[in-house]
Amino acid sequence: MQLTAILYGIPWDQVLIQTVNGIVTGMILALIASGLTLIFGIMDVVNFAHGELFMLGAYIGVVVLATTGNFWLALFIATLVVALLGAAIQIATLRPLLGRDPLTTILATFGVSLILQNYALWQFGPVARKIQEPFSGHFTLFYLEYPWYRLMIAGLSAAIIGGFWLFLKYGKFGIWIRATTQDRVMAEAMGIPVPMVHTVAFAMGAGMAAASGVLFGPLVGVNHTMGLDWVLKAFIVVVVGGMGNLGGSIAAAIFISLLEAYASIWVSPAQAVIVSFVVLILTLLFRPTGLFVPTPK
Amino acid sequence: MTTTPLDKPMPVKKTGLSHNAIFWAGFCVVMALLIVAPLVLPEFWRRFLTEVLIWGLLAMSSDLLIGYTGMISFGHSAFFGLGMYGAAAALLTFSPPNLWLALAFGLIASAVIALFVAYFSTRLRDIYFAITTLIFSQIFYVIIFTWTEVTGGENGLNFRRPPLAIPGLFSMQFNSETMHWFVLAVVTASYLILRRVTRSPFGMVLQSIRENEPRTRAIGYPVERYKIVAVMLSGLFAGLAGVLYALQNRFAAPDFIFFLVSGEAVIFNVMGGIGTLVGPIVGAGFFLLMRELLSRLFGDQFPYLIPLGVVFIVMIIFLPQGLLGFARRWLNR
Repeated sequence: MQLTAILYGIPWDQVLIQTVNGIVTGMILALIASGLTLIFGIMDVVNFAHGELFMLGAYIGVVVLATTGNFWLALFIATLVVALLGAAIQIATLRPLLGRDPLTTILATFGVSLILQNYALWQFGPVARKIQEPFSGHFTLFYLEYPWYRLMIAGLSAAIIGGFWLFLKYGKFGIWIRATTQDRVMAEAMGIPVPMVHTVAFAMGAGMAAASGVLFGPLVGVNHTMGLDWVLKAFIVVVVGGMGNLGGSIAAAIFISLLEAYASIWVSPAQAVIVSFVVLILTLLFRPTGLFVPTPK
Repeated sequence: MTTTPLDKPMPVKKTGLSHNAIFWAGFCVVMALLIVAPLVLPEFWRRFLTEVLIWGLLAMSSDLLIGYTGMISFGHSAFFGLGMYGAAAALLTFSPPNLWLALAFGLIASAVIALFVAYFSTRLRDIYFAITTLIFSQIFYVIIFTWTEVTGGENGLNFRRPPLAIPGLFSMQFNSETMHWFVLAVVTASYLILRRVTRSPFGMVLQSIRENEPRTRAIGYPVERYKIVAVMLSGLFAGLAGVLYALQNRFAAPDFIFFLVSGEAVIFNVMGGIGTLVGPIVGAGFFLLMRELLSRLFGDQFPYLIPLGVVFIVMIIFLPQGLLGFARRWLNR
């Protein structure tokens, strides 16, 4: 009797809608976090500026879209430009810090994030910009007209992550990246150009962040503070999923986005964020190596 | 955090003035300048100097963690902000508003929060500690931002400044000079206490944790307990800075709990020189002065954080010891 009363109390239609929403944001988050976890795994750098790269990607998307009107071109150019910017940032700020305390790289990337964020505010102003969706079909999901575009984001993110995974698994450079992640000194001894691998890995992470920025732009406005929210979420995902673990990050991204989506049925979205904070703290206390990795022996 | 080995005790030279005498002489000169400053400076720069001292206190409190224990905290804004809100709570609930109650409330609020944060975050090290403290400060930010009935939400709380009073002795309203002297007294006392702490056996253990944590543990020190006390102590002084800031500006706002404030405290530390206690104050002064100059030269809209961010990164790469790094050894002797 009690159980059925509880079951009737749950708004199942909302739960289903939030499941779809959660998976969509989860895939975006996974795309950001896999770049972050790649960068951490390969060079022990916690990239504070990752959210700003995401934000800059979205802004470049806005600019290119305004001039050319082609969404896919905007996606491509934003990814490319931010990847190049990422390479430049890595060479200018992180390469000199190689071999120093990893904590100094947090400070350096924090400085980079301040610069990028204020540049965006200065260049584009505080008013949020909008990216037009490339197509505007809907389908009916209970009482909602659910846009196809959102599902396409999830699919496209999954495709990018999948391509990235294949690249890591079979590409020559991907193998170099994995080798450097495992043992930097040994990889160098084997003739792998480690500094260049670092730069390329950083550039790839940056490009992935930019791509997710452009994809996510149509869902919310693009403004200069959007990076902050997302970099925090991506941190949480990377820690919960296990630092430097790609699969774990993807699982954690979806897990946390779903939890937040469900929580926002009952509380405001601003407060739903606390759920993921709590998940992070519990993870750090009881399983600091990450929820989605096998128990270390 | 640091890359230099533990400073070795230097052989004391018998010739000339002793290190202590020079230190206290320098201390007295700086104090005298800071005491006289509000009498000669115009109103704007008087307030500016007071704010430098307050931000310096915040940065100094986080130096206890960064410079002496080797933990970077990105959560000091929580302690700072809770100090502000604690003071605001005392000033708004009691009438007439009482300065000492405001101090007590602010300190209690920040200490309780610091104990809570410390209990969880000190189990983790390095990057994980930084991220956890950051997340904790964001939790408090969200709570205070959304709990509008009590905290005023986005608008924060406004209140009147309490009089500077000792019950039964005297009572006078704050003006910008007395405010400056009051802040100066508190910051100086905090500096002397922190200096004493870092040179005490307790402070030595903290520095040994910074240099080699497993070894400190192996010698038999309960590292976790030391870290919790260090975070609490640091949070307490950050809360004190928050109370002072609330008194100076007569408001408490959620913006000050946002983690960018903690980031600025870290920037002050790196610019001034970690592990020196006075360095963070110098760093705060340098940062705020640069910001003021830039906005005077190029207008208010100028994104001053772009050039300052560049300076910050350049300093991390080429001058990791900060502006006062050269004096670090000497100051800690």
